[in-house]
Amino acid sequence: MQHSNWRKSIAALTIAALAGAGASSVGANEEYPTDEVNTTGLAVTDDTVEVGILHSLTGTMAISETGSVEAEQLAIRQINESGGVLGRQIETEVEDGASDWPTFAERASSLLESDDVAAVFGCWTSASRKAVLPVFEENNGLLYYPTFYEGLEASPNVFYQGQEATQQIIAGLNWVHEKENADTYYLIGSDYIWPRTSHAIARHHIENELGAKVVAEQYFPLGHTNFRSAINQIRLKNPDVVYSIIAGDSNVSFWSQLNSAGINADNQTVLTNSVTEDEVKAIGAENVEGHYSAMKYFQSLDNPHNKEFVEEFKEMHGEDSVIGDVTQAAYLGPWIWKRAVEKAESFDVDKVREAARGMEFDDVPEGYVRVHEENQHLWSKLRIGQWQSDGTAEVVYESDLIEPDPFPEDVDIDPDEME
Amino acid sequence: MGGYTTSEIATIMAMQGIAGLSLFGVFLLMALGLAIIFGQMGVINMAHGEFLTLGSYATYVVATMFESYAPGLFSYYFPVAIVLSFLVAFGVGYLLEYGLVRHLYKRPLDTLLATWAVGLIMQQIFRSIFGGRGVSADAPDWLQGSIQLSQMLFLSRSDLFVMCIAIAMTVIVSILLYRARWGMRVRSTTQNRAMANAVGINTAKVDRNTFALGCGLAGIAGSAFTTISATTPTAGAQYLVDTFLVVVLGGAASLLGTVASAFSIAQAQSILEFFITGSMAKVLTLMVVIGIIMLRPQGLFTLKVRQ
Repeated sequence: MQHSNWRKSIAALTIAALAGAGASSVGANEEYPTDEVNTTGLAVTDDTVEVGILHSLTGTMAISETGSVEAEQLAIRQINESGGVLGRQIETEVEDGASDWPTFAERASSLLESDDVAAVFGCWTSASRKAVLPVFEENNGLLYYPTFYEGLEASPNVFYQGQEATQQIIAGLNWVHEKENADTYYLIGSDYIWPRTSHAIARHHIENELGAKVVAEQYFPLGHTNFRSAINQIRLKNPDVVYSIIAGDSNVSFWSQLNSAGINADNQTVLTNSVTEDEVKAIGAENVEGHYSAMKYFQSLDNPHNKEFVEEFKEMHGEDSVIGDVTQAAYLGPWIWKRAVEKAESFDVDKVREAARGMEFDDVPEGYVRVHEENQHLWSKLRIGQWQSDGTAEVVYESDLIEPDPFPEDVDIDPDEME
Repeated sequence: MGGYTTSEIATIMAMQGIAGLSLFGVFLLMALGLAIIFGQMGVINMAHGEFLTLGSYATYVVATMFESYAPGLFSYYFPVAIVLSFLVAFGVGYLLEYGLVRHLYKRPLDTLLATWAVGLIMQQIFRSIFGGRGVSADAPDWLQGSIQLSQMLFLSRSDLFVMCIAIAMTVIVSILLYRARWGMRVRSTTQNRAMANAVGINTAKVDRNTFALGCGLAGIAGSAFTTISATTPTAGAQYLVDTFLVVVLGGAASLLGTVASAFSIAQAQSILEFFITGSMAKVLTLMVVIGIIMLRPQGLFTLKVRQ
């Protein structure tokens, strides 16, 4: 008997000690018991929660997606350092989509079905997003998608941190139209869904709202390196504004050939929404100097939250790293998820989604954003940056907050045809 | 034609003609190496594009070295870069022939697969060393800007540079092939290997040098292309299809054919691009080329040999 009492008291002491420890470090578990915050079988324990990162770490898209992975990891680290989510540390499962869309779908189902992650931060190209979309909808997962894109989509299983096409295009066109008093526009882009949809929206706005004229609309395959014909067209048609949505490495050829043909900011206004700090690094600042990019974020934004973000990003990923629009948008993903989970007091996808609607953030690097009540895109501002000789952009214009409108009316776009 | 006046059409033709000449330089330069490897030896080298990339990266490295160690001499880095690109690509090509390709001369389909694999391996090596992000060497001052020929006509210095290199290389290769003893050995090996062996030509050595020379030429092309586009691990692979097209259309064993076909494809594409979108111009050019090859499978120019 004596013996068993002794045992009991040890057990009681142990429990007391555990409870004490719990109260000091993982006290949230009492406040938010696992079986209450997680009713759908996600990978949530008393002190951890698992999320996924799904980007291309290898292959041709690795260039662009690396920045997003770095930003998401930074956000997750900061969240963990500040105490985690509902008292739980975030554990990250990183999967490689390998620039291959079926691989993306396969990795997504492994994340959602085997790992039961609470949320996934990932994808970059529209093609990869379209590939994983059925997987997310079937498993009722959550995807936080960072890239500016063509719109025409609003899935309840996706939060879109990047701007959709109308947010990126219309305010920018209005600005350049007024500034240049422009009557003629030359549209050029890479030949796939995003530039084509964007130009359809741009053309509609130029012709119907601005009362100006599109003198030509040119498309080249991705990776194209010969823009001499386009440059000749620009020279002959002499448009007031050249509007470029050329994606990826083609930018290097386009801008350097433009510059070496003697077309520069002194004699031609060029506005683009596909050149961020990342691209400028490869293009060479001397080739884009004086031209304009329309984005919601530039690394040079002058506010304390951005300065802190840039500093911590460089500390984590190296002094030479640059932060483009998409990288900043990727950084927002984990924060939007964390805040929604805490508001919902639950990791359940349906509750997180409800909680996120209309949520406001005034401490993010780009300044202020608000989650749209219905389409899960972000209200955001558009900024025009003028490229400087050191590869940074000087913000010369900032719009009001723009409502995301992924399905613009009266623009003649057939999404099926575009795909 | 799309509401242009006659004088505008004339200007367009002149402008596009010059743009076509620039493209001709690019096509010719990239096809030369393949004209030797595929044209003379009949080896389908799927890694040809990667040798081009190798030359580009070698040039990038030389430019970076000059920038950090001898900024005063930066304007003159290009000659060094070209020679080095050639040597590096030649060396790797030599080893590739010795280690792999020579064992597969009698199995052309296996050569295709094996060299494709080599191309993939090289791409991944570039990616591991230089990263996936595109790099570009700053062009020296004398390669920037353009020469104004008239109010509307410009020729950029970098295009002129590529064209000059292309023409110089074509002249050198044609002298090597048709005027030098080396070329005679190459051609006799191509035409009748057994007989060439019998008269004392070391055909194995000829093969190795020919293959390496083709790779070296690709290296020079890659070096010159750094002035007009970015260098990424897959940059060269994007040229591969066009390159085969030029060589096949020209007639595999004919250098003159390669020149003629590079010129016509470049001009056709360039003129078409002005009036329809770039993507459609490419489709149309490809269709015409396929049509011609269907009618003349041997290509535009052929050697008259006894079959």
